[in-house]
Amino acid sequence: MSDAILEVRHLSKSFGKNEVLRDIDFDVHPGDVTSIIGASGSGKSTLLRCINLLETPTSGDVLFHGESVIGGKVNPNKYRAKVGMVFQSFNLFDNMSVLKNCVVGQMKVLKRSKEEAEANAMKYLERVGMAPYIKAKPRQISGGMKQRVAIARALAMDPEILLFDEPTSALDPEMVGEVLQVMRGLAADGMTMLVVTHEMAFARDVSANVVFMKDGVIWEQGEPARLFSAPERQETRDFLARFMER
Amino acid sequence: MDSFSALITDIGDLLAVYWKTYLTGMGSTLLLAVVATAIGCVIGLICGILNTIPYAPGDTSAKKFFLKLVRAVIRIYVEVFRGTPMVLQAVFIYYGVPYVTNNAMRFDSVWAAAILIVSINTGAYMAESVRGGIISIDPGQTEGAKAIGMNHFQTMTSVILPQAIRNIMPQIGNNFIINVKDTSVMFIITFTEFFAVHRNIVGLNYMYFPSATIEMIGYLAVTLTASFLLRWVERRMDGKSSYELVQTDNLTMAAGTYSHPDRGTPFDERSGEFGATGEERKRIKLGLKNRNGSARGER
Repeated sequence: MSDAILEVRHLSKSFGKNEVLRDIDFDVHPGDVTSIIGASGSGKSTLLRCINLLETPTSGDVLFHGESVIGGKVNPNKYRAKVGMVFQSFNLFDNMSVLKNCVVGQMKVLKRSKEEAEANAMKYLERVGMAPYIKAKPRQISGGMKQRVAIARALAMDPEILLFDEPTSALDPEMVGEVLQVMRGLAADGMTMLVVTHEMAFARDVSANVVFMKDGVIWEQGEPARLFSAPERQETRDFLARFMER
Repeated sequence: MDSFSALITDIGDLLAVYWKTYLTGMGSTLLLAVVATAIGCVIGLICGILNTIPYAPGDTSAKKFFLKLVRAVIRIYVEVFRGTPMVLQAVFIYYGVPYVTNNAMRFDSVWAAAILIVSINTGAYMAESVRGGIISIDPGQTEGAKAIGMNHFQTMTSVILPQAIRNIMPQIGNNFIINVKDTSVMFIITFTEFFAVHRNIVGLNYMYFPSATIEMIGYLAVTLTASFLLRWVERRMDGKSSYELVQTDNLTMAAGTYSHPDRGTPFDERSGEFGATGEERKRIKLGLKNRNGSARGER
């Protein structure tokens, strides 16, 4: 059955006595966009960080192409090179130019030549509309621009799946659009994406599957058309109602 | 005034005879300080990289033990060499190594001994500076590097240390200047540097004060030059405050974060009266002066 690129199985995570994630279970299929929605503090970001092994899950498993990435069988660095991550706070390398940000990983991790890496980086920088700014340092450009560079940096590694951790939450409202536009373009091209977001319109329009989380637990998941129009759980209804009020 | 001119004469006499000796001493001091500070920085950086190797709960206990051992060894090294006087370390190592190895190992060159001692002393201080520099970098930088698959060594050398080194440049400067002065304690192992030269010369002619004046001026000249050079290096590291757009279409001109080509010309809207030529601007300035009593920008 498993044509899933990523399978999360009974994943739990505790920080000391504080249980942040409990028995999380879902799949991501190739070419699909999966959105994770839920209130702040519901464990969405921690889930993404567990999937990318920035945090070690307390129990449960994460399977990449059916193979467990937890427990030392898979080299975490090689796995991360195939799983791109875009952070809420961009995390661009402050000591490097825009172009260098998109080149360094390709050269150091994928061992590509400088020419090949730069050509590939330029392809994606043009795609996110940042090609004119390749000489700028991260501190010299706006938040929306930084996030577009961060997306290009992740894409330049030619990942099989991209994880987005609230990519627009740290942006001024007028910059949210430019980043979402890039993400919609990627989705249209069939990029596999797992997106933690508060942008309900984006989740509704683009996702194949929407996961609703509350207090570290998945309450409901399904196609966006159904989940947004006829949620089964009271918790989902409450969350969506509060969101629509704003 | 008499004593001042006497001092000048004495210094002149000293330099006439010993200028080469003073210069050689200063050369030794500088060479030792530069080499030992550089090696000390390398030691500090290596300690910084080793100290920050992360271990995950899934790691084997052998790896955890090894990492803990490494950290303990570095900690002991730092505490011992930071916590004892360098003059004593010099004696301890220079005479201790042949003593313990029954003369199988000893220092044939006092240079080798001096460089070794000052380097490991500087390294102990630098290890702590580097640790501070690494802590000061946003954890997001490490996560960004990890997320594209970099290992610990790549993360450190490409992302973290370049930023940490920029932040600890003032500390490196401190250590260099301290080394220029403190290498003088190497006289204890018969290393002849700038201060040892003074001791030798005044031993012959008792001209303590004139020689000390030469020493003061000599040390200050070196340390001031070092400060100046370090500031220059820091500015170089910070890079340019503006950047060039790589023009692909004209629309990018409207993007805002861009240094306009008219900057500094009369067409620059930020400079004084927009659109005024030099002649007109003078006139406008004069007009304002007559009206308000002071021209704009002359406060």
